[in-house]
Amino acid sequence: MNVMQPIDRIRGGVHEKERHESGRKHVTGTAEYIDDIPEPAGTLHGYLGLSGRAHAEILSIDFEAVKTSPGVVGVLAAGDIPGENDISPAHKHDDPVFATGKVEFHGQPIFAVIATTRDAARRAAAKARIEYRDLPHVTDVLEAAAADYPLVVDPLKLERGDIVAGFARSRHVVEGEMRIGGQDHFYLEGHISFAIPGEDDEVTVLASTQHPSETQHMVAQVLGVPSNAVTVNVRRMGGAFGGKETQANLFAAVAALAAKKFGRAVKVRPDRDDDMTATGKRHDFHVGYKIGFDDDGRIGAVDAVFAARCGFSADLSGPVTDRALFHADNCYFYPNVRLRSRPLKTNTVSNTAFRGFGGPQGMVCGERMIEDVAYTLGKDPLEIRKLNFYGGEGRNLTPYHQTVDDNIIGRIIEELEVSADYASRRQAVLAFNRESHVVKRGIALTPVKFGISFTKTEYNQAGALIHVYTDGSIQLNHGGTEMGQGLYTKVAQLVADEFQVDLDRIKVTATSTGKVPNTSATAASSGSDLNGMAAANAAQQIKARLVRFASERYGVSEADVAFEPNTIRVGADRIAFVDFIKSAYAARVQLSAAGFYKTPKIHWDRSEGRGRPFYYYAYGASCSEVSVDTLTGEYRVERTDIIHDVGRSLNPALDLGQVEGAFVQGMGWLTTEELWWDAQGRLRTHAPSTYKIPLASDRPRVFNVRLAEWSVNREETIRRSKAVGEPPFMLGISVLEAISMAAASVAGYRIPPRIDAPATPERVLMAIERLRAAKTNG
Amino acid sequence: MTTEIRNTIRFVLNDRLVELADVSPVQTLLDFLRIDRNLRGTKEGCAEGDCGACTVLVGRLFEGRVKYESVNACIRFVASLDSCHVVTVEALSRPDGPLHPVQQAMVETHASQCGFCTPGFVMSLYGLWMANPKPSIREIEKALQGNLCRCTGYAAIIRAAEAISSIGELGKDPLVAERNTITRQLALLKDGRRVEIGSEDERIVLPGSVDDLAAVLEANPKATIVAGSTDVGLWVTKFMRQIAPVVHLSHLDELRRISADGSGITVGAGVSYTEAHPVILRHFPQLRELWDRIGGEQVRNMGTVGGNIANGSPIGDTPPALIALGASVSLRKGKRRRTLPLEGYFIEYGRQDREPGEFVENIRIPFIGEEERLAVYKISKRFDEDISAICGAFRVKFEEGRVADTVIAFGGMAGTPKRAASVEAALKGAVWSEAAVEAAVSAFDQDFTPLSDWRASADYRMLVAKNLLRRFYLETQETRNTRIDRIVAVAV
Repeated sequence: MNVMQPIDRIRGGVHEKERHESGRKHVTGTAEYIDDIPEPAGTLHGYLGLSGRAHAEILSIDFEAVKTSPGVVGVLAAGDIPGENDISPAHKHDDPVFATGKVEFHGQPIFAVIATTRDAARRAAAKARIEYRDLPHVTDVLEAAAADYPLVVDPLKLERGDIVAGFARSRHVVEGEMRIGGQDHFYLEGHISFAIPGEDDEVTVLASTQHPSETQHMVAQVLGVPSNAVTVNVRRMGGAFGGKETQANLFAAVAALAAKKFGRAVKVRPDRDDDMTATGKRHDFHVGYKIGFDDDGRIGAVDAVFAARCGFSADLSGPVTDRALFHADNCYFYPNVRLRSRPLKTNTVSNTAFRGFGGPQGMVCGERMIEDVAYTLGKDPLEIRKLNFYGGEGRNLTPYHQTVDDNIIGRIIEELEVSADYASRRQAVLAFNRESHVVKRGIALTPVKFGISFTKTEYNQAGALIHVYTDGSIQLNHGGTEMGQGLYTKVAQLVADEFQVDLDRIKVTATSTGKVPNTSATAASSGSDLNGMAAANAAQQIKARLVRFASERYGVSEADVAFEPNTIRVGADRIAFVDFIKSAYAARVQLSAAGFYKTPKIHWDRSEGRGRPFYYYAYGASCSEVSVDTLTGEYRVERTDIIHDVGRSLNPALDLGQVEGAFVQGMGWLTTEELWWDAQGRLRTHAPSTYKIPLASDRPRVFNVRLAEWSVNREETIRRSKAVGEPPFMLGISVLEAISMAAASVAGYRIPPRIDAPATPERVLMAIERLRAAKTNG
Repeated sequence: MTTEIRNTIRFVLNDRLVELADVSPVQTLLDFLRIDRNLRGTKEGCAEGDCGACTVLVGRLFEGRVKYESVNACIRFVASLDSCHVVTVEALSRPDGPLHPVQQAMVETHASQCGFCTPGFVMSLYGLWMANPKPSIREIEKALQGNLCRCTGYAAIIRAAEAISSIGELGKDPLVAERNTITRQLALLKDGRRVEIGSEDERIVLPGSVDDLAAVLEANPKATIVAGSTDVGLWVTKFMRQIAPVVHLSHLDELRRISADGSGITVGAGVSYTEAHPVILRHFPQLRELWDRIGGEQVRNMGTVGGNIANGSPIGDTPPALIALGASVSLRKGKRRRTLPLEGYFIEYGRQDREPGEFVENIRIPFIGEEERLAVYKISKRFDEDISAICGAFRVKFEEGRVADTVIAFGGMAGTPKRAASVEAALKGAVWSEAAVEAAVSAFDQDFTPLSDWRASADYRMLVAKNLLRRFYLETQETRNTRIDRIVAVAV
């Protein structure tokens, strides 16, 4: 037995500010994205042909010019699909790979051209001659409602208490409506799939997907082969944000179809414009609401209908619109409440998952109602917020009948009020606005409470696979995908911590359906909660075997065997990890394990609108101050302060990056990111030249972000951490509210400003004009 | 005159000389790097010069000096790189060697998440570092206007940019230390010959001089003239248009000169926005904000004032200001030259006063008088790197409290950059007062019938046009809080 000097701790353990595992590769350009992987000889390229109509019958298609275009190998349309022409993730058979008979949105795929180069395929795809007969179309959610368009899924109703009585008892009742725009994901790496045919019915697909298992199943369904013939691998994505949860399936299916048909590797990568036109986005909403409250601003009743632009098919619109309702309460107790969803079909691309998954739309409306109360009563919105927080006897039940029992919003708000110096800065803003006529300021402090778990209970499971090799190196694989959020880093840190070995001993390999099967999408902020637990479980299985082996080999009790930094302590002796692993192998100890985890305690009955859909809640708050130009509606965020709760952080550096990034993305959604369809139903903001996400110069000039270091998840999550992907997105609401306050100043802060989202300079100026006119007339 | 002709494009790619005889007129640098050279650190994010994922540095020789500038490889044509040094992310560090200071800073500050935009940010920051090793926050933001990141919220990237000089020493950087060597190398490549590649619908010409350019265009009146390719690049990447024969001009030193004399400045048609920047700021400080908000840094490094005018866009950034300044444009066809006021160049949407075979040779911008006041306001959905929804330029000459003369020109309000003639008429002779301004704003309704599109509605455009006149007036009366302070306005 070797005697080792004990060291303090391993390098890169859990809770450390470890760098992103690919950081070095990112900055050197050596991190491989799918388009960077060397192509096998003879690789072909596919390009989609898209509908030029929003809603039309296809009368005829002439592919002659396409087929004779240089480099073209073939054209694929619905008739070439051996399996099912459907990739509906909701299994509603409403989401064809290629449209047949009619098209239901401008940009819907109709066919694909396969050619020797991408350029050749793209040029050829433009040459198809398609005759259409136009049908009436609607792109807007209210138009869809007026035209009696169907719902794409059954609506949800959440109800508690008695709203009729609640409104009757309210001194004030305000009705309003709000439009909330959608959002394009604008992941920097667009969609891409690369399929390599194998023998028999096999195919391997490299896809930029957050949901490899679903991509696998969809490819199998389209090819008409069992899932065991299809392997989907994902090393990393260049951003996803929900946009690659279901939307990657189309490109994977087309690439696989072509690979099998032509017996060659096939890559499919749309141009950015086509990516933005042909794939789904965040749902736009129209919300009609009614809120009753007393003279103090205490809410008595809420009734709201959330109508969503779902697009032509169901996709994930069911759970997205559900989650809008789940978050319409945000941090507030509604004594009597009724919330209903209206997932409307429209002739637009089918909307899909996007960070927050409907939650932001629900929450921004919840905050709009608070604003209406505050401006109606002439009070500081923060006062109204605090008055209505969950907490106190009988005030902890959500509209879906889950009890809020981990509420820490009070402490977060209290700390942020102090660190952001809210009260005196609000006074300074009010004073500034009295003196300044063109530039007006606004300040707002808004809270976030976000429910963590997939509301579809079965998705709350995960698997992992760990191999320990005889040189002491460890290979880790799990069902989660890396899209930049640092999941691979965090899970590797956890495994390093479990084995008490330095982080560089662990290699995380590409997510593969061949290694961990039946995984859930890396979505709903669940990545590290689920996969971290599954990986820890796998490590613990191997450790248990190693402990048993050591106990037997060295004749000590199992309690006397411990994993210490890079060593195993057996009684009073220490053995280097690698030597110990070698001896375990020699003793024929299994050094590989598949781990598994499922989230406890959760249940949900959608038909009753009752249950515990969320394992726990993550909290946060932000305070933003803005300047608004009342001549043009332009604005800038002067300062933002944030305190955000991630429980006990697995990696504070990565979590901070998630919070900063989510805030700016949320701010973009509510300010400059505008989706605009023309009268023909064409999306005209389909590239960065027309669709404006925040730039470095748009971020708050003063940006103080910190984690609530004291927070510990009261549930037994992985190392008592909390999910971080989505919750901080909604911190961006403080920017919208601050702009609203600046606008409200022109009418003495006594008229609800009601700026719809996104608050583009135009919407802000028009709101200011409206408020000025209302003040004059009122 | 016999013109010596070369039939290859020659440039230095990282540490290698590249000589190409077979170049397509539509071949972009990005595809060349990724497909032909398998240099895949440079990414395609948008293929239209707006996201910066494809940012590389291009060193160009001008009057004996090499300057490195960030450019968008996606809309840069390979043919335009003749005699240049192209530097990609692969050149910054060896696989197992130490990271470049810019890269090291990015890693240490956790400035990459998904990593796809990261090489582009690295290259933009590298370009900035070389030009300005200790930049201010505003200078960093300006250098990054053309780089989109969807993950980080930029805070960490800004921290990285601030940290670079504490990590590495600029003098030790290879592109700085070996500047003389590369300068000599590029000088050898820049042999002054005309370059001709391909024939018929694949033809590319890089004339050897401006006279040669005039001769080539006269002989090829249907040729596409390419300067910075920030517009023509999109004709290729987005509309898949055939543009041959192509005649490039931005390599011609004669067209890259900008000079001032006693009465104004003359800007050659090949002068980029970046090259014009110091001269414009010196003589027309009122244009600083406008100039800093044209595209992103990469676009300003490529795009030219001449191109901004020549393509006749109704929403070009510079024409309203230049019309207000009374700029004129000199056109040349063969040996014949003519000069016309800029406002006369724009005839109607898609039509300019330029004959086939004729090209913009330079732009003349006269100075304004001491008693005159000038302001230019660009309004866009996003403050930086956006196309203007409305751009208004106001110039007023005061005499004893009255408006002696005025020029007001707008972009985004009509099919061309256009003067507000009725508003001007309403103001002329009036006592400069709020009442005069309020009396004049309604005249905008006679001058313009703007359109509604994704950038702004007609109503917003009209209202803002009027409000900009109000702003201009206010700014002559008071200096505080008439505009959003783009620097820091609140307590930290």
